[in-house]
Amino acid sequence: MGKIFNRPEALTDAHTHYCPGCTHGVIHRLVAEVIDELGIRKRTVGIAPVGCAVLAYNYFSCDFQEAAHGRAPAMATGIKRVRPDLVVFTYQGDGDLASIGMGEIIHAANRGEKFTTIFVNNAIYGMTGGQMAPTTMPGQKTTTSPLGRDVSLTGMPIRMAELLSSLATPGYITRQTVITPKYINKTKKAIKKAFTYQMEGKCFSLVEVVSTCPTNWGMTPIEAVKWTEETLLPYFKLGEYKIPEE
Amino acid sequence: MAKVLMKGNEAIGEAAIRAGCLNYFAYPITPQSEVAEYLSKRMPEAGGMFLQGESEVAVGYMLFGASGAGERVFTTSSSPGVSLMSEAISYIACAQCPVVFVNIIRGGPGLGGILPSQGDYFQATKGGGHGDYHLLVMAPDSVQEAVEMVMKAFPLAEKYRNPVMILGDGLIGQMMEPVEFPEYLSSTPTNKDEWAANGMDTRKSDKPNLVKSLFLDPKALNDRNLLLKSKYDRMKIEEVCYEAYNTDGDYQALIVSYGTMSRVCRTAIDFLKAQGIEIGMIRPQTLFPFPEEAVSKASEKQSCKIVLSIEMSMGQMVEDVKLSVLGKRPVKWYGKCGGEVPNPEEIMDVIKEHI
Repeated sequence: MGKIFNRPEALTDAHTHYCPGCTHGVIHRLVAEVIDELGIRKRTVGIAPVGCAVLAYNYFSCDFQEAAHGRAPAMATGIKRVRPDLVVFTYQGDGDLASIGMGEIIHAANRGEKFTTIFVNNAIYGMTGGQMAPTTMPGQKTTTSPLGRDVSLTGMPIRMAELLSSLATPGYITRQTVITPKYINKTKKAIKKAFTYQMEGKCFSLVEVVSTCPTNWGMTPIEAVKWTEETLLPYFKLGEYKIPEE
Repeated sequence: MAKVLMKGNEAIGEAAIRAGCLNYFAYPITPQSEVAEYLSKRMPEAGGMFLQGESEVAVGYMLFGASGAGERVFTTSSSPGVSLMSEAISYIACAQCPVVFVNIIRGGPGLGGILPSQGDYFQATKGGGHGDYHLLVMAPDSVQEAVEMVMKAFPLAEKYRNPVMILGDGLIGQMMEPVEFPEYLSSTPTNKDEWAANGMDTRKSDKPNLVKSLFLDPKALNDRNLLLKSKYDRMKIEEVCYEAYNTDGDYQALIVSYGTMSRVCRTAIDFLKAQGIEIGMIRPQTLFPFPEEAVSKASEKQSCKIVLSIEMSMGQMVEDVKLSVLGKRPVKWYGKCGGEVPNPEEIMDVIKEHI
């Protein structure tokens, strides 16, 4: 019987540092599968963020640059403007993209930069140890909101897909999740679409992926999936928010 | 090529194109906005790329990305803008990417003013961003020299894989002078395929390249810092540039001054000479590496009673002058930094006070 399931060529064989139950590994694999299927590994440059995915370059077998917190969209802009033939993607978390890098992502999207952003939203700062993020849910306990996020003091969680899709510039903006196989398949399709729009020179593309952080949420992986379904998804609604006109 | 009359800022933009740099990211700020205005038209004409970023913070990383992809790239800004870029400059220095920065200094701190100053000496020569790093810093005293330094900056940035900064001031940027452009420099970065994240296909390689500044292993980080230090040490041997003025004979005092300020000092020296008073001057053209040896030797002349660091800042370069003189002569500072350029008579009075 032949081998029917391989590691994508765009992934290395390194063990990841991600916590058990975290879905970064799944999302990495989907990006890698898409890169393989599109045959673009040798002309792809990824940009690693500051945050849990800072070491992403150890797991992908393509060229990589490493950004400062939030600045990946500016770096991607720099690369794509001087080398439009490259395929460029940023891989960013919610603290990176929705907090410190808010300006960079909005302006890159508004200029219609032809790169792809994979935005992993797990409603908390993972790498720095579970502090409140702009996407933290009302009442959610974190190390900097120990009594639960008080929205009268800190506002409501920012919905990036909705915010970015309000821009008049054409773009592909979608929100997906990877908590079950059905969603995983849909997310892969969205990532492939995002890369394809970039390669066709059509528009900026962003795939928000609602993810889990069992470690910092203080849950088992199964509880984390349940909490995502019951708490995150009703607020961070899945779907395609913006599609470029044909 | 014949001499043309050009504004400093526009000449700087033109020099970059003639140096083979066809990528320019920038954000407008007085007193250097004319560079962006000039290049917004000239870059497309020359087949190049200009993008106005949303902030200096973003521009810093656009430069980082473009340079990390192996392309020649530069920006121009002024003091508060360079402060915002300093975060990126630290990352760029650690990741060893060649980027050219032009800082047309205005008065500070804070919003300060928009007139000429040399108040960014510390920021340019001692770091500015976090961590142990240096830029190679050059300081022109004329539009002509600004052009020449911009054209030298790109190969130097690539030789060392290190950011290079041209430190001018509002006067250099705003004044018009006749300028002759050196021969077109068509060199291209030669070693970029070894390190740049420019796509494996581009360099026909099966090994991914990685441009990064994170070294979690303390030994690896120490090694990176030692590698950076070895480059700075090499710059100190190979790249020191200065001009000596009126130092052949005896002189009663030695002036150390750079950029616009040194032009005023030169006039003061000429006026004093007419009165029978001899004063020498060392004008650093590189501020990092600083011409320590030249200043030290010039200060040792028997007739030289005092060394004067004359700056449009509140005594920043004077620290490097003191480190060069090492107590062999008294070192005094004189300067102004509200945006007013001291005039030759004022400098003559200061010199006379001390000799």
